[in-house]
Amino acid sequence: MSSAKKFEVIRTVFAVLVALAISFVIIFFVSEQPVEAIKQLLTGPLSSKRNFGNVLESMVPLIFTGTGVCIMFSANQINLASEGAFHVGGLIATCVAINMTTRFMSPICAMVCAGIVGAIFTAIPAIMKITTSAPELVSSLMINYLALYFGNYMLNNVIGDPKASAASYVLSDASKLPVLIDGTRVHLGFVIAILVAVLGYIFLYRTKIGYELRLTGENGEFAKYSGINIVKVILVSQLVGGFIAGLGGGVEMLSPIYQRFTWTALLGYGWDAIVICTLAKNNPLYTPFAAFFLAYLRTGASIMSRRTDVTLEIVQITQGIIIMLVVAEQFLSRYKHKMIAKEAKAALKEEEVA
Amino acid sequence: MWSAILSPDFFSAILRSATPILFATLAAGIAAKSGITNMALEGILLFSALFGVIFSSLTQSAWLGLIITVVIGGLIGLVLAFFILNLKTDEILAAIAINLAATGGTVLIMLYFSGDRGVSSSIRSFATPTVTIPLIDKIPFIGEVLSGQNALTWLALLAVIVMHLFLYKTPMGLSIRAVGENKNAAESVGISSRKVQYIALIISGALAAMGGFFLSGGYMNMFTKDMAGGRGYIALAASSMGGNTPVGGFLVSLLFGAAQALANIMQLTSVMPYEIILMVPYLTTLVGLGIYYYSQKRKKERLSGK
Repeated sequence: MSSAKKFEVIRTVFAVLVALAISFVIIFFVSEQPVEAIKQLLTGPLSSKRNFGNVLESMVPLIFTGTGVCIMFSANQINLASEGAFHVGGLIATCVAINMTTRFMSPICAMVCAGIVGAIFTAIPAIMKITTSAPELVSSLMINYLALYFGNYMLNNVIGDPKASAASYVLSDASKLPVLIDGTRVHLGFVIAILVAVLGYIFLYRTKIGYELRLTGENGEFAKYSGINIVKVILVSQLVGGFIAGLGGGVEMLSPIYQRFTWTALLGYGWDAIVICTLAKNNPLYTPFAAFFLAYLRTGASIMSRRTDVTLEIVQITQGIIIMLVVAEQFLSRYKHKMIAKEAKAALKEEEVA
Repeated sequence: MWSAILSPDFFSAILRSATPILFATLAAGIAAKSGITNMALEGILLFSALFGVIFSSLTQSAWLGLIITVVIGGLIGLVLAFFILNLKTDEILAAIAINLAATGGTVLIMLYFSGDRGVSSSIRSFATPTVTIPLIDKIPFIGEVLSGQNALTWLALLAVIVMHLFLYKTPMGLSIRAVGENKNAAESVGISSRKVQYIALIISGALAAMGGFFLSGGYMNMFTKDMAGGRGYIALAASSMGGNTPVGGFLVSLLFGAAQALANIMQLTSVMPYEIILMVPYLTTLVGLGIYYYSQKRKKERLSGK
């Protein structure tokens, strides 16, 4: 491993530790029983098979949106519509799953539709950028709210079950993804998620279009002058990223966690995806690990909030600090210089000996 | 419905809903003029909406609460500037980090102070007073629109003028614009771009804090979870559509205020499902953004003779 890469790993780990330390300090401030709270946060997920199953099941949506955003950000498109794509993905999967009762075909159709709708959704800011040069950052922020209110409209007027409050009709049994491990809710979606992360890696690092995509992200001007079709790259990256985010919404909906569509607010997986991407350094292959970390922290926090007086939301603060520190280029930069200088000196010595 | 739209009440509602967006738009504008996209506005709005309630209740005074909130807003701007300028953090990711911390942090702090996770109604908050200016209230129609507006709405209108004068008539304003136009050129004539961007972001944070305070101490009289509701993001759009100038931003904010006020009226008349009406402000922004940038693009193409 080169010293620069080694440094990146050390820095990321250090940033995570600092973020956790700050969170513990906050817990000490707000809690009556801080030691118990921290203990629950750190060891809660390991306390039972069911709790650890919760960690694995909550990794699934994080891997999907994380991989999708990695691909979108790799092309240097700061498109934040994955949040909305996930939402409409879940919505469309619901519409399909309520009405289709054929075995095998029902979940497959629901997932494919969710992916396609997600792709169309994230393509809108991209198309706006290409045709009108409107910044994708702002338009994607706006379009997320359209997804939310459209979802609410559908829930209240089209797919809502009059017998239930703020919930759709029950999803057909045939559409549900099977549980893989007894006694937990870990479902087939977990396997699909890992598969998507690996495929995302192959797409981004082992194909021609993936290479063009990363080159455009690193240096748009250079890519343009070397004959890469920027418009195509932007569109493909946003379509693929949106497909994965939408698929994630669909898979989440078909998981054993839900019986009906009940999302009346955006779930925030699009924002979590940004934490995943910063930890995974935009490489889809690392997203499952980053997702595991975040899911572990989440599950721990939710156990903590049930058993002590600290709320779940502390995790969002931890996430914010992690992003800040991991992305801060100058964080620990002195240490980096030292490491590079040391390596250079060692290389120089070797040369002298030779 | 038309009679409701043409009444002075409606225009007064426009001003009221435009106020928080206007503050945030001015905040986005000054940051953009110095060359930084301040997406953390959403988080600053949220934090200051909560701090407004807490500090006005602790000090038993709306004005003291406002001052403390504005100072905290400036401090958040300072932290953002430190990360962007000293630690070289990507400005968008730094902003996302602040927004995430605000979403979780406000709930955590509210729970600590009021024992409730959703609304702060158990804390007695103090709103800034409404103001009626003697001569203006005699003018027909306009008088009715302006009378009885919250002091912060007046302050927002004043801030448009002050920001305009600051940006275009003072040496500091010139420095800010110079750094935003071309950092290297500004540095070459002896302007410290870092210092200028620090100042711009601190002012930006302070302005957004006033908008946040208005949300919980004027528009409503308590803090509710996620009450910023994307206004910080709308402000980014409004500011860029207004060319990042205070006056342009003011006009676009009025447009969004109108969309929101219209949504409120239509919600009562039940012509359309209310979820569709809630989309109006965001849809307006999206369409407006497309039209504005398209016309800019065409203008550029014409100028370059293509």
